[in-house]
Amino acid sequence: MTIIDPTDAVPAQRPGDHENTGPLLEVRDLHVEFQTREGVVKAVNGVNYTVDSGETLAVLGESGSGKSVTAQAIMGILDMPPARIPQGEIRFYGQDMLTMGAEERRKLRGARIAMIFQDALSSLNPVLSVGFQLGEMFRVHQGMSRKQAKAKSIELMDRVKIPAAAARVNDYPHQFSGGMRQRIMIAMALALEPDLIIADEPTTALDVTVQAQVMDLLAELQREYRMGLILITHDLGVVADVADKIAVMYAGRIVETAPVHELYKRPAHPYTRGLLDSIPRLDQKGQELYAIQGLPPNLLKVPQGCAFNPRCDKAQDICRTEFPPLVPVTEADGTELPGRASACHFWKETIHG
Amino acid sequence: MADPTKADEPQDAMPNVSDVEVAEVHSEEEAVAALDANVERGEPILQVRNLVKHFPLTQGIVIKRQIGAVKAVDGVSFDLHQGETLGIVGESGCGKSTVAKLLMSLETATAGEVFYKGQDITRLSGRALKAVRRNIQMIFQDPYTSLNPRMTVGDIIGEPFDIHPEVAPKGDRRRKVMDLLDVVGLNPEYINRYPHQFSGGQRQRIGIARGLALNPEIIICDEPVSALDVSVQAQVINLMARLQDEFNLSYIFIAHDLSIVRHISDRVGVMYLGKMAEVGTDEQIYEYPTHPYTQALLSAVPVPDPEAREHRDRIILTGDVPSPANPPSGCRFRTRCWKAQDKCAQEEPLLAIPERFKGSDTPAAHESACHFAEVKDVVHAA
Repeated sequence: MTIIDPTDAVPAQRPGDHENTGPLLEVRDLHVEFQTREGVVKAVNGVNYTVDSGETLAVLGESGSGKSVTAQAIMGILDMPPARIPQGEIRFYGQDMLTMGAEERRKLRGARIAMIFQDALSSLNPVLSVGFQLGEMFRVHQGMSRKQAKAKSIELMDRVKIPAAAARVNDYPHQFSGGMRQRIMIAMALALEPDLIIADEPTTALDVTVQAQVMDLLAELQREYRMGLILITHDLGVVADVADKIAVMYAGRIVETAPVHELYKRPAHPYTRGLLDSIPRLDQKGQELYAIQGLPPNLLKVPQGCAFNPRCDKAQDICRTEFPPLVPVTEADGTELPGRASACHFWKETIHG
Repeated sequence: MADPTKADEPQDAMPNVSDVEVAEVHSEEEAVAALDANVERGEPILQVRNLVKHFPLTQGIVIKRQIGAVKAVDGVSFDLHQGETLGIVGESGCGKSTVAKLLMSLETATAGEVFYKGQDITRLSGRALKAVRRNIQMIFQDPYTSLNPRMTVGDIIGEPFDIHPEVAPKGDRRRKVMDLLDVVGLNPEYINRYPHQFSGGQRQRIGIARGLALNPEIIICDEPVSALDVSVQAQVINLMARLQDEFNLSYIFIAHDLSIVRHISDRVGVMYLGKMAEVGTDEQIYEYPTHPYTQALLSAVPVPDPEAREHRDRIILTGDVPSPANPPSGCRFRTRCWKAQDKCAQEEPLLAIPERFKGSDTPAAHESACHFAEVKDVVHAA
């Protein structure tokens, strides 16, 4: 790894220093595709979303919906090739990161935008102590000495409530429990106090009692540093607990966006409705669960028209031929519903009918 | 790995069945019929009593000394009735998968008994064990690693017939396998395909078909849907519920998703560190939990309703589960419990109906291993 010259690596540029301002992060019409032997896999097909400081955006979707690929594109950690970004913009404080040079992006990554991965055990290096791995952030980005970096690491481990941090700083990842390892991942992401954190299924591998601890910690730190948070998950329960707004993805597209309370109360897309209906409810005990029929589509041949049409019980001819754009959703009387949009030809029927 | 484990097993744990006994079991076909009649009269099909499994920790290479044991399962008892679903929940490392392996006789129990229709299967071996195993089958968690990628679907589902040929005569097998595929909702024409040609939900259906092949009475499901996508989970749960009605199956449903466990289970057992903390009907456990661990577990589950998040009474446990090699004295939960007192460290609470609820018919009167059991409704605490 090349060491960035500490003199120009000072991440002094904070919000407001920029000439261009805008939302913290804005993704516009992002497309990502993968060249494979079987053909071109269109993993992300025109995703738009914005995140502001202190806001939590939950990206909800099944495996293969493109939620993680979008996050990796934002971080700039996609393997290219086979991945390709044919079009789209990712604006961070108004600056398009896709047109930036590699060095410029490197300075943003970790310092301004950080990521928490799902599986902490395979994301941490097993042959380096956690203190060394945490300290790397300070050494590389801020040019600290090893000693300073270690002191900082201990401080961070304290911050994420790891007991006896000073004694455990030289331990290796396998010596920590799953929850503790995830705390170390969070500490690493927080090290340089970034403006935006992307958490890709941060608690999926954890037990519920530990999951509650980790989500609480993340929410507390987010409030404290006023960070933007993109939470990628498929767990409707976690989303309901922490999100401000939600983007539901299906087959590489956003099919619905809404503020959290609205989405659970009145979904405007049949896929979202199906997901919510398939949660076991008390009054349905002993009855059949509602299940969305069929399987998620193969991204090599996404169905014509609306990608959800083969599984949708409301599908009509228009759904099989015409592609539904993401349109703003309004009340029955035409009043605007801020932040709401749906990519369904029949959103009116879905939300009001 | 397996050999030293076996060598260090206490002698009484080894299945110690003489040939005479095996012969007896086989000659007593009337006895088996009588046992079946017992089950029909409402006696449990499976009774687990004080089941213990310790994995020895050894030191030294040539001369191995046992320096301790991982107490994965440490005295678990429960009953399973015919046609019933018993859900087992608990955090990872609490021993729920080891219980599953013990019931399948994939591990030898250190102590305790598992009675299948009154017959202790931990003492069986050879032909008698094989006969019992036919009736207890398993569905695994990960449909990606539990199917052999080099076998066709037909071979995978038909393999149980190689071991128990009496179930399906040779010429009949292909038709049987196609029937099974149809039963689990897969196209019977897929019989010659390989597992990689299927999605996760379809693979889990293949695993279920394999479990059903021998017409078992008990199916042990170890996290059967946790590797599946949300929209596919509901399909598989519905399938399992339908099969249960159709074939009068008894399920032991091990999972960590509490809402799914509640949906499918008649009774629920909560495990903590190798022991049952609380057992009761789904209503007793979810609405009237009396053990602090159950209360914490239930309150930690995220509720898919954003309205609930401001006024939920969440109990956030501190710390991690202690090591099962060195469990705390007395009550095992006391190190993380907010009610813990001196008594909890000295005296181990037994799994029984708490004294104060005894005789009353409140839903709180169910088995709970806590000295200070009291009802706390955490799910509706608004």
